[in-house]
Amino acid sequence: MKFVVAVKQVPDTAEVRIDPERGTLIRDGVPSIMNPFDTYALEEAMKWRDELGGVVTVITMGPPQAESVLREAISMGADDAILISDRAFAGADTWATSHTLAAAVKELGDVDAVFFGKQAIDGDTAQTGPSVAASLDWPQITFIGKVRELNKDSITAERYVETGTQVVQAELPVVLTILKDANVPRVPSLRGKMKSRKAQIPVWGLADLALTEDETGLNGSPTKVVVTATPEPRTGGQIHEGSTEELVAKLADLLLGEGSEA
Amino acid sequence: MDFMLNEDLLAIKEICIEIGEKHILPIRAELDEENKFPREIMDVIAQSDLFTIYIPEEYGGTGMGSMALAVATEELSRYCGGVAVSYAANALGAMPILLMGSEEQKKKYLPQLASGEKLCAFALTESEAGSDAGGVKTRAIKDGDHYILNGTKQWITNGGEAQIYTVIALTDPERGARGASAFIVEEGTPGFSYGKKEDKMGIRASATRELIFEDCRIPAENLISREGFGFMVAMKTLDNSRPGVAAQAVGIAQGALDEALKYAEQRKQFGVKINSFQGLQFMLADMGTQIEAARALTFAAAGLIDSGSKNFNKVSAMAKVFASDVAMKVTVDAVQILGGYGYMKEYPVEKMMRDAKITQIYEGTNQIQRSVIAKAMIKEAKRK
Repeated sequence: MKFVVAVKQVPDTAEVRIDPERGTLIRDGVPSIMNPFDTYALEEAMKWRDELGGVVTVITMGPPQAESVLREAISMGADDAILISDRAFAGADTWATSHTLAAAVKELGDVDAVFFGKQAIDGDTAQTGPSVAASLDWPQITFIGKVRELNKDSITAERYVETGTQVVQAELPVVLTILKDANVPRVPSLRGKMKSRKAQIPVWGLADLALTEDETGLNGSPTKVVVTATPEPRTGGQIHEGSTEELVAKLADLLLGEGSEA
Repeated sequence: MDFMLNEDLLAIKEICIEIGEKHILPIRAELDEENKFPREIMDVIAQSDLFTIYIPEEYGGTGMGSMALAVATEELSRYCGGVAVSYAANALGAMPILLMGSEEQKKKYLPQLASGEKLCAFALTESEAGSDAGGVKTRAIKDGDHYILNGTKQWITNGGEAQIYTVIALTDPERGARGASAFIVEEGTPGFSYGKKEDKMGIRASATRELIFEDCRIPAENLISREGFGFMVAMKTLDNSRPGVAAQAVGIAQGALDEALKYAEQRKQFGVKINSFQGLQFMLADMGTQIEAARALTFAAAGLIDSGSKNFNKVSAMAKVFASDVAMKVTVDAVQILGGYGYMKEYPVEKMMRDAKITQIYEGTNQIQRSVIAKAMIKEAKRK
């Protein structure tokens, strides 16, 4: 089997502070980590590789320093990794990112499944996985809490959704997004760490992918971030005291818009 | 002291921190309370290759040696002394095979231990044979191409949890210590059963149990080295493993200091943080200094073993004595710094204090270690 896991390097939100005036994240001096949800995607791919045989290739799109999350993935047991990095990719929104990742999956060829975490903890969009599926024109199963069965032809998985559990079957190749319920990610191994240190990680740029400059980076991004702002803090509610009868009357008045103190 | 660690050793440290934070910390109080062996953690340790570090590459290991084992043991001990000794006791159990085993024995047993597929334990102690290992009563009588074992081993770490045991028994009782031999006994051998499981003061996550041999027949090829070499095997094993106990002590002490520092930063009395009081600062300073000194001595002993020196039993004993005494002192002081909270089971330092005590006792009491050190020194002085 040929599995691809798409991971993202994100700031460690446990260490992030918010600039109170600008309402943006202060990223300076904040350590970068593998998006925690991606560790479940990686574990799921490795679990099925261990069972069925094959390779797990980890990809990430980002600046050169994003290579460190790829080495981390190798130390946990991924077979190899590719860094997708080019100045032309900078400023990509989820649309452009998805096109770029999909182009990399096509370039790899014969991929059976692409695993994503359910979302990244920085952007929180949960769009990239589904959007890659759309770009590849592959089926997708999102929010997987449990993979029941995976074989060379198909997958059966449980989606944990608000209304309950959906059991979904799809033919391969497929795009999957994984929840943390799916598994417990393994710790890195000593041999994995030794391997990750020596691993040669190829860098794929625009020239390596079947993409034009207009389809990626800022040029290929239909959305723009206009402003990021912290929402106004909610003001406290009202606390009233009195007998049940008085309070019911008061509440009725408030709901009817009379006697409002606000 | 990270300057003493190369990339491989730092990698081991990182792995142990990850195991500690994710797998040990959430359950260490439960393991302690319930006297429960950390089977799942052993599986994680196996998957992370930590069982490979003391086993040579040709037998499925990574062959990284004593220093690597000390780094791993210290780091795991920072989270739980009981979990760490359950790990380190595997190295102790494997040591007789590593040091004196035949090529066939190494090929058969070491790969299963390196992968963590099987756990291992060393069995020397008996009810009347503690510091005086010459008091061993367990007999091994040759019968054709088998040995028949009879006797009871006591307080065996990993007893009942390990599948492979290295056992010291007398083949020739008339010759005393020179009549002892070392054997490999596998779980499931008829006549080999487990006895009482001990209820201990500390390191309660580790299994401590009796091994009972009743006409237990083992193949003659399970003899390690030669008949009569049992005590040499045992003494060499213990000389090699002492830096491991020292590392365990350093880790427990470091864990206690970390808790004390954290608490002293948060706790306020008289309107200020208690770490602003000089009396408390001096305690913290001494704890930190003693730990660094113990760590340096432990690394020196482990490094000496890795250098190929044959002459390390003195330094190895010094590291064990010093580090375990430091662990006891530092953990007592950590309880003191946390005050009433330190005495409560809700905080981890009382467990660390209970865990620390055993390091002054097992694998040779500190009194025996001091005899070893003094004898070695006197011998050296005579040679000059």
